[in-house]
Amino acid sequence: MIPGAFEYHRPTSVDEAIALMSQHGDEGRVIAGGHSLIPMMKLRLAEPGHLIDLRDLDSLRGIQPAGRCIEIGAMTTQQEVAVSELLAEACPILREAALLIADPQVRYCGTLGGNVANGDPGNDMPAVMQCLDASFVLRGPQGEREVRARDFYEAAYFTARAEDELVTAVSIPIPPAGHGYAYEKLKRKVGDYATAAAAVVLTMSGGSCESASIALTNVGQTPLFAEAAGQALVGTKVDEAAVARAVEAAKDIAEPVADMRGPEEYRTHVTGVMVRRAVERALTRARA
Amino acid sequence: MTDATEMTQEEREATLGGIGCARKRKEDIRFIQGKGNYVDDVKLPGQVFGDFVRSPYAHARIKSIDTEAAKAVPGVLAVLTAADLKPLNLHWMPTLAGDTQAVLADEKVHFQNQEVAFVIGEDRYAVSDGIQAVEVDYEDLPVLVDPKQALAEDAPVLREDVEGKDNVGQGLRTHPNHIFTWDVGDKDATEKAFSSAAVTVKEEIFYQRVHPCPLEPCGCVASMDPIKGELTLYGTFQAPHVVRTVVSLIAGLPEHKIRVIAPDIGGGFGNKVGAYPGYVCATVGTIVLGRPVKWVEGRIDNLSTTAFARDYHMTGELAADSHGRITAIRVHVLADHGAFNAHAQPTKWPAGLFSIVTGSYDIPAAHIEVDGVYTNKAPGGVAYRCSFRVTEASYLIERMVDVLAQKVGLDKAEIRLKNFVTPEQFPYTSCLDWEYDSGDYHTALNKVLEAVDYRGLRREQEEKRRNGELMGIGIATFTEIVGAGPSRNCDILGIGMFDSCEIRIHPTGSAIARLGTKSQGQGHETTYAQILATELGIPSDDITVEEGDTDTAPYGLGTYGSRSTPVAGAAAAQAARKIKAKARKIAAHMLEVGEKDLEWEVDRFKVKGLPEKAATMKEIAFAAYQNLPEGLEPGLEAVNYYDPPNFTYPFGAYLCVVDVDRLTGEVKVRRFYALDDCGTRINPMVIEGQVHGGLTEAFAIAMGQELTFDETGNIQGASFMDYFLPTAVETPVWETDFTVTPSPHHPIGAKGVGESPNVGGVSAFSNAVVDAFAHLGVSHMPMPHTPWRVWKQCAALGIGE
Repeated sequence: MIPGAFEYHRPTSVDEAIALMSQHGDEGRVIAGGHSLIPMMKLRLAEPGHLIDLRDLDSLRGIQPAGRCIEIGAMTTQQEVAVSELLAEACPILREAALLIADPQVRYCGTLGGNVANGDPGNDMPAVMQCLDASFVLRGPQGEREVRARDFYEAAYFTARAEDELVTAVSIPIPPAGHGYAYEKLKRKVGDYATAAAAVVLTMSGGSCESASIALTNVGQTPLFAEAAGQALVGTKVDEAAVARAVEAAKDIAEPVADMRGPEEYRTHVTGVMVRRAVERALTRARA
Repeated sequence: MTDATEMTQEEREATLGGIGCARKRKEDIRFIQGKGNYVDDVKLPGQVFGDFVRSPYAHARIKSIDTEAAKAVPGVLAVLTAADLKPLNLHWMPTLAGDTQAVLADEKVHFQNQEVAFVIGEDRYAVSDGIQAVEVDYEDLPVLVDPKQALAEDAPVLREDVEGKDNVGQGLRTHPNHIFTWDVGDKDATEKAFSSAAVTVKEEIFYQRVHPCPLEPCGCVASMDPIKGELTLYGTFQAPHVVRTVVSLIAGLPEHKIRVIAPDIGGGFGNKVGAYPGYVCATVGTIVLGRPVKWVEGRIDNLSTTAFARDYHMTGELAADSHGRITAIRVHVLADHGAFNAHAQPTKWPAGLFSIVTGSYDIPAAHIEVDGVYTNKAPGGVAYRCSFRVTEASYLIERMVDVLAQKVGLDKAEIRLKNFVTPEQFPYTSCLDWEYDSGDYHTALNKVLEAVDYRGLRREQEEKRRNGELMGIGIATFTEIVGAGPSRNCDILGIGMFDSCEIRIHPTGSAIARLGTKSQGQGHETTYAQILATELGIPSDDITVEEGDTDTAPYGLGTYGSRSTPVAGAAAAQAARKIKAKARKIAAHMLEVGEKDLEWEVDRFKVKGLPEKAATMKEIAFAAYQNLPEGLEPGLEAVNYYDPPNFTYPFGAYLCVVDVDRLTGEVKVRRFYALDDCGTRINPMVIEGQVHGGLTEAFAIAMGQELTFDETGNIQGASFMDYFLPTAVETPVWETDFTVTPSPHHPIGAKGVGESPNVGGVSAFSNAVVDAFAHLGVSHMPMPHTPWRVWKQCAALGIGE
């Protein structure tokens, strides 16, 4: 549990960070909260020659309204997400999800940017971001671009981010007032990754579902945007038949691997249970 | 000579802080301030570090090891392999069970993460770089992870080093992968009872491989003084004196030149009883380099290589009459001991005290057979927070009683009350020849049933079942056997399992007591002082308790199997009584009366009939160094080596209520009520702490802990990512209760308690989970009761959707 040798860099500007990333290529690794990278380094599963620490980049911290979106700096911690009054008001699913991530000690270090950029299918925020149709702001030597969360994830630990690009912020369209939401996560204990988890945001109008968006955590190589599952609810009263269709649609795209959390069959089954429970809870909130 | 206007007798008693007093633990002052001194806190001048190259394969031949590149890594001082240890005859070491274990893999590796080479360097970074640079060429071999397959006729031979030997220390072998067969009880009488029984039940009960997983892993610092030729070995040792003897035997160093020090220990639970390759390699390292060598394992090392527990494949059978009265028990165990037979039991007991398997029940006939088997897994088989194999035995009988109850249609409390040994039967000799010292099982269980409104719970359960909900009520009424042990039954490497206490009273009336045991968090500094306070009339705050340094403490067999209070606690009382006998002589001299004219009161000898004439222990202590009767030697000291006449048999009645989510398989423990009887209660607060800890570990085992292996022998779940260590969030709320049935043979009537909650707890949880499904015809479900396993049961019953 002792990492190999590495050079440590602590840039003071985003440009400097990007320059370091360009300079060191695949020898360099960016470190934010470090809760994924440091354990990998201690096991020598990751042996970066250069560690580029983002902690001095204050410009990457903070939660701001930006037109019809909320922009959250990549270095904002999960704790800051969990206690933000702005988010609690405008996008409360983020608070609910953040509080299900690990434990308080981890949440004080772990960052939103690290969580979404790392590409670990066990991370919770990627599915939540897909559910909210958020975009990630990427900055590299060629400038800035935005990639939707729904297009960002390619395979486990592989994303649309280029080697010399930095996720600087997450931009979240503010969901309509009165929307219902829920993040249901089945886990074995505090600090565990999900056996299966489901994020749901929906809006109701005149007793029928106007929009619904569903995404899944840790039941595939990447977070899964369950488009068909959401569509199964739209235009319905979110009755038993509709929910059952949504559950089946979600289970159809789930491809969990067997691990100590359970065999594939179980993890697929509980994906359905999480979707059902998240939909039911979101529905109560939407009506309320 | 004493001022009679001082405190009343009650006040003086309270000042003592003796037996029965719920005082806070003395040692916690340093622990809660982070001021404990653990092995990794030991930093000696010139100290270097060592760690292992470990095998990625579970079974492979080592074709070559190239250490040149590793030796060239800056800061690396030495790389040891089996070839280097061979000339010293240290490449293999004896185990406590009569087998041998490779210190560094010799030609073959037998389990994943086995120690292959030991790299020593100036710091941990250099060592880790060196480990990466060692090149080992392996040729992989077929792997056996299933003990049943290991006994197949054409199974590959795992231990070529003992091939052809018909005995590796614990009995005759019948197969190259077989270690021993242990057979107890009356086979014929048992068979007869089964053939004439109105009812019989049989169940395959697997107690999974788990790991004690103490918060502090194992480690040591070995330091050779080349001038004096003396070796000092600091380590995480539950039994430091035994380690000194073993090191002397293995390393060939004279025992007086070895000092073993066990500093503060962060939990042991059986994991720190045995000897590990790290101790040997660090010792060789310090001898070779002349510098202290530290080895401290990491979490994955701890979970995957140092001693595991259980891995018992049990087949249990009960015979009974039509009323549910048990007439016989028959058990076969296939015991997976891993690659080397290195389980820690009293040497003569290949399955420990497993024959306590008749439990709290008066069963006329029993027959037990245990077969030990080699597999490609880490060695071990220690008692994880229990007396040797008692948890396995207790789990089996407590499960089987439930299975029988369901078969004959009896309530699970009723069947127990019907089969209990009765109070008037004590001392009770079981058909497997254990003499239970004392007990009152009916009172204990009835008290629990009343406290939880058992009838009410069963009514609620019935209602829930009608609504399709799953609620389970689990009962466990266990009997432990602790305090190993009488030397006629128990020895380790030929040394009787006595324990010891040496007391010195200082002239000003305070004292130091040293004992042969070693606390790992049990609170010995507090509880031993309380025993001595009551026995000696010296406030427990004025008594220092020391353990763990073999140069100063008297020889003892250490702390495990709840033996500290039953054995060393008794030695403490007996040593104190020797002191008191001498104190009486001095008091008689001081008070100018005959010894017979004196009586003891709290902290002083009084002249009978003249209460104002008294000598306090404090005054006597001073007199012991200057005012002695003719012919009596000065000083006030005593030592006692206590060989217990019998084990002690603590018991308890636990009840657990669970609700099961049939869609996710999650089990929620709604209520857990634990009544323990450990005889005389020394410190109720310490007991409650022990019970909370033991129940939490029982919860962990029953609900989540397991080490499994894939078919190529890769260990699964050997990190905290998977291995279930419950936090405060997962841990249920514990309700505790007690009865007091003193041990008749123990000097203060005390029994052990630290492990009871683990022994009884596991079956209570498991019984509750199975009970939730009992109405659906389910009689057994395998542990651990993780959500996916419970859900699979639901799915099989068609209620998982």
